[in-house]
Amino acid sequence: MRHLLSIEDLSREEIEAILERAKSFAEVGRRDIKKVPTLRGRTIVSLFYESSTRTSSSFELAAKRLSADLVSIKAAGSAVDKGESLKDTVATLSAYDPAAIVIRHPYAGAAQLVAGWSEAVVVNAGDGKHEHPSQALLDVFTLLQRLDSLEGKRIWIVGDVLHSRVARSNLIAFQAMGAEVTLCGPPTLIPRGIEQLGCEVSHSLDRLGEADVVYALRMQNERMSENFVPSLREYAASFQIDTRRLGPRQLLMHPGPVNRGVELSGEVIDSPQSLISEQVASGLVVRMAILYELLAARGERPAPSTGDVTGAPTPIGQPA
Amino acid sequence: MSQDLVMRAGEAADLVLRGASVLDPVAGIDGTHDVVIRSGKIAELTAPGAASDDGTESVDADGLHAFPAFFDPHVHLRVPGHEHKEDIETGTRAAAAGGYCGVLAMANTEPPVSTPADVEALRGAASESASVPVGFLATVTRDMAGEELTEMVELRQAGAVGFSDDGLPIANARVMRRTLQYQRLCGGTIALHEEDPELSGDGVVHEGPVSAALGLAGIPAVSESTMIARDAALAAYEGGRIHVQHLSAAESVEAVRAAKAAGAQISCEASPHHLCLTDEEVRSLDPARFKMNPPLRSEADRQALIEGLRDGTIECIATDHAPHAAEEKEVPFEQAAMGVTGLETAFAALHTDLVLPGVLDLGLIVERLSGGAEPFDLERPSLAPGSAANVVLCDLGAEWTVGEEGYESRSHNSWCAGRTLTGRVLMTVAAGQVAYRLRSFSLGVAS
Repeated sequence: MRHLLSIEDLSREEIEAILERAKSFAEVGRRDIKKVPTLRGRTIVSLFYESSTRTSSSFELAAKRLSADLVSIKAAGSAVDKGESLKDTVATLSAYDPAAIVIRHPYAGAAQLVAGWSEAVVVNAGDGKHEHPSQALLDVFTLLQRLDSLEGKRIWIVGDVLHSRVARSNLIAFQAMGAEVTLCGPPTLIPRGIEQLGCEVSHSLDRLGEADVVYALRMQNERMSENFVPSLREYAASFQIDTRRLGPRQLLMHPGPVNRGVELSGEVIDSPQSLISEQVASGLVVRMAILYELLAARGERPAPSTGDVTGAPTPIGQPA
Repeated sequence: MSQDLVMRAGEAADLVLRGASVLDPVAGIDGTHDVVIRSGKIAELTAPGAASDDGTESVDADGLHAFPAFFDPHVHLRVPGHEHKEDIETGTRAAAAGGYCGVLAMANTEPPVSTPADVEALRGAASESASVPVGFLATVTRDMAGEELTEMVELRQAGAVGFSDDGLPIANARVMRRTLQYQRLCGGTIALHEEDPELSGDGVVHEGPVSAALGLAGIPAVSESTMIARDAALAAYEGGRIHVQHLSAAESVEAVRAAKAAGAQISCEASPHHLCLTDEEVRSLDPARFKMNPPLRSEADRQALIEGLRDGTIECIATDHAPHAAEEKEVPFEQAAMGVTGLETAFAALHTDLVLPGVLDLGLIVERLSGGAEPFDLERPSLAPGSAANVVLCDLGAEWTVGEEGYESRSHNSWCAGRTLTGRVLMTVAAGQVAYRLRSFSLGVAS
């Protein structure tokens, strides 16, 4: 694994290796000093062309906990604003000799392009409506905290599949781990031909009771004006996951941010079946594991000596 | 009024292609001959070795194939306004290298070709720099805005071969109808880029399993076929004449077939990339080779195009040669410009992908590659004695890697880039002039 561009590039063994590594970082996270020196002296660029709260913050915190030097660039206020092309921006950043570039971009394939233009390891933190592989990995990690295995488990992904990179990456990752996936939503929000990825498609929640896991997607307000649904009220009436629809043994997930009262009712968000806050916690350790696996475990350059994992007392959140 | 094609003045060819396998299905020629070209005309086809040796250039064509040169009714020469992508000189050089003896240039330039002065200026430029004859289309609507008709009569008088808003559909049915009515005054085929902008939306690839997997917005096949059905009905109603550009979908072939059966005056073209590739290629997310409009579609669509070519529903192959600069393609797929170049590779790609595997006969490909003239009332290139010399000489066994020796086109966004193709154009004679010789193909005067 040279880059993390798509979940499709990962074998089940590679997914499991990342999840194993994440477990060990979860252990580090319970210590007082949560920092390890693994990536000391190496630079990670976080390049976000779209607004993001949890993905950018968790990647950046992951880089800091691994003691990397972090360069964080948001599209607003940067040279991107001044019309610089992605290729030129990458060429500029390459002057810092980054070990990794973590990129979020509004268009599909951007991370793949960066991988072709740069010597750095590239991590796709979301490219258009295409993929969001780190989200899929953290979601599998979260589920495996509660379940022994995903083998034969039935997972329903409900909502706006058409516009969701999370749906695509999670579908592939869940299937790779042995789960059976059903995509559910109104026909206007399910892409034509998606069943060829090996999933089932349903336009009704009638059989939701079959699911072991219900994964709800964010429903964006503007979908109404584009006529994908006549109203959020009608959408919620047909597809909202609420206490009436969610069975007591089913687990509930959501990539966030939630539209409370649209795709999820307030009660289910706060119910014990909800893994939503665990997903956020998993995000940090899984992203540490991703950076570690790409840069330290099998990196092309020798990793700096690891030393004592508790030996770097820099306070979290400060520039390392 | 003259709508003749225009090219740079040059020396009329006098040469003999000795012992070539000559194939011109329309003229009923299929055999080994010496092709004698005198003063830019096909003088005669003799038995091999029988042509007199009067000291003019003699080409040893033993083992090589001579066809009527090809005619492309759909290229983008990018003049005026986009000379960084292509111009008349480089675009016609690419055409000559691909075996073409004539091309029709689209009008979606900057500004679009919407006035008689625009057409006259282009014809003047072509008379200085075109290495094969070029015809210019003018836009149907002023500035391609889809609202007001251009001065079609005066545009024809200035030399416009026909009309097209290619790049954009004529979305408004009333405007389309008025165009067809007005066509009675001025003649000139209306070439149509058929696409319903509402159905295409912000789509960038064919709508289907590939777009679903990649999370790219899809362009449904019905975006094309419904507009063809609409315009065929309007053309039949008004007695107008239309040419449908770059057919891509099975439904579209069916719509054209039905319109022809109903008696509408409709012709159409398909592009080599749609005949050879499917949207599976898009999984690479490489816009330089695989992003164009209409998009690459499914295998069923590709098969329907092949069948349409075979049964004559599709009368010609057109490259839709669409050059773009590197920086317009070195961006994420959704942001990249639509279009690929095709002039230099059309024959070789079709030969490699369709003729060699036995899908289509060589004769049919040759016939369709030169079939783009007739829909615009232009003379079909022919090897019949007495015709203007429009000849392409090919080595069907030659293998070459596309792009390895660069391109004649100013742009490098070839859909064949990096592929090894079998079959190569060695020489092109266009309108009686030698327009192209492959550098490594040495020509000798017979001793």
